[in-house]
Amino acid sequence: MLIIGEKLSIIAKRVREAMMKKDKAPIQEIALSQWKAGAGMIDANIGPAEDGGEDLMQWMVTGIQEVVPLPICLDTTNRQAIEAGLKVHNNEWGRALINSTSNDPERFPMLELAARHNARIIGLTVGKGGLPADAEERAAIAAEIMARAMEYGVPLEDIYLDPLVLQIATSQDHALKVIKAVKMFQELNDPPMKTVVGLSNISNGCPKPLRPILNNHFLALLMYEGLTAIIADPHEVAPTVKTIDVIMGNTLYAHSYLEM
Amino acid sequence: MTFTPSKETYTGKVYPVSVGTAPHEVVFGGENILPFHTFEGSSPNRPLIAHEIQDVPPYDWPEYLQKPFQDVSNDPVSWAKFCQETLGAGAIALRLIGTHPDRENRSPEDAAKTVKEVLSSITIPCIILGSNHTEKDSAVLIAAAEAAKDRNCILGKAQEANYKTIAAAAMANNHKLIAMSELDINLSKQLNILLTQMGFDKERIITDPMSSALGYGLEYTYSVMERIRLAALTQNDATMQQPILADVGLYVWKVKETQASENDVPQWGSLEERGIAWEAMTATAFLLSGAGFLIMRHPKAIEAVGKIIDELI
Repeated sequence: MLIIGEKLSIIAKRVREAMMKKDKAPIQEIALSQWKAGAGMIDANIGPAEDGGEDLMQWMVTGIQEVVPLPICLDTTNRQAIEAGLKVHNNEWGRALINSTSNDPERFPMLELAARHNARIIGLTVGKGGLPADAEERAAIAAEIMARAMEYGVPLEDIYLDPLVLQIATSQDHALKVIKAVKMFQELNDPPMKTVVGLSNISNGCPKPLRPILNNHFLALLMYEGLTAIIADPHEVAPTVKTIDVIMGNTLYAHSYLEM
Repeated sequence: MTFTPSKETYTGKVYPVSVGTAPHEVVFGGENILPFHTFEGSSPNRPLIAHEIQDVPPYDWPEYLQKPFQDVSNDPVSWAKFCQETLGAGAIALRLIGTHPDRENRSPEDAAKTVKEVLSSITIPCIILGSNHTEKDSAVLIAAAEAAKDRNCILGKAQEANYKTIAAAAMANNHKLIAMSELDINLSKQLNILLTQMGFDKERIITDPMSSALGYGLEYTYSVMERIRLAALTQNDATMQQPILADVGLYVWKVKETQASENDVPQWGSLEERGIAWEAMTATAFLLSGAGFLIMRHPKAIEAVGKIIDELI
């Protein structure tokens, strides 16, 4: 299970302030802490970043990779900022991941960037027409994204399909639909397609003490269906990831497995 | 159409471990493939075979196994020199069996003296083994580790009951360490974790999942070794990437097939040939299941296994 550390997001006040002041120290501290907790990639979410997005993304990518030997998940709707980030990304520790393309024509150029810069890319299974109704619709959109990726020259093994997790508090019936979609996505290709979710969205809007409980239990079910990656807080999910890996036989059991 | 063999790619790699000091240092391990799958990756070092010697005369060994050493085995120094000079040994494994309370019950000081004398008479690497008495080994191996300081020996065996003191002794005197568990893959992993948590470098550990002899539980050891190797290579499990030890002679030379005389079981053929074959066969099975380091007794069995390695590597 690949954990993509979600804590470097412009939504967090401390991160936002550091981005505005171009103060590297807090950014690097958070990146380091996520790496030590088991993150295999760091998400750099700079928001829409309409002004100065290119500089900001480059500053984030180089700043993070100065302290952690990990690839970066470039998270913004600003295409120029993504491209700027890709140009400075150090591929020594793995290729960058673009977050994201979808079935919305405005997001198609992201595929072109992935092909040109040999990056991986998340395919969010939503279109211009709004949210998908069920697992079948998600799979149909996934198939369209895959066909388009091949046109642009992006190999299918470089795509992470994202079924779009919705809030349990407002869209309870979508939790099971997302789990089913993760299963269906894999069947769209052989070898199976890779899958990713933004995990904490499930508990968005819920009382704070409930959030880790919802996140971790949802994750266990998703892992059982073969989920490849999560965008999450590695500190919060590490015990679940390790435990499910042991139960599924992906890691050899030892009494101290949680400490590894 | 030409035949193309399918190839596995592995994500993990076994740590290389060095033993002894320059210019006679030897390295084993380091492969990123299952045993002898050289068509799939690299296996830069030969498996190491150490010749076993003991601190006391081996009166409990079968007579025909004592025979090759009859002129030297009453003195560990002569025995070690004989292995190095006459037999061309790659390494010596000095088993301090005489320290066992049920044997001669030699003191840690006596054991340390033996270690010092043996080390000053050989240049090849040395493995220092206790008597597998967990309490006594703690005291004996501390003294032995000090006596061998900075000779980059392999010290063993640390077990669940005594690993703290033995690992500390190995660490303080710059030795490698054998971590032994009793035919339990999960405990084998756990012991490696415990050792690294006390600050012992995981790349200085050799895993001993406990050996056995052909016909006497070999398949259990074989499966555990195989599973350790698969965890190391296919699951990239950093706690299972140590080279594996097979302590072959200790188990082989106790079983009926290496002891029963031709008079008692004429249909089994020559006892000497049978015993040598038994040790060589057991050792070969462990090489195939993942062992990179063997401790053996009969010179002819060692020679035979060396030839097998030459052919497979």
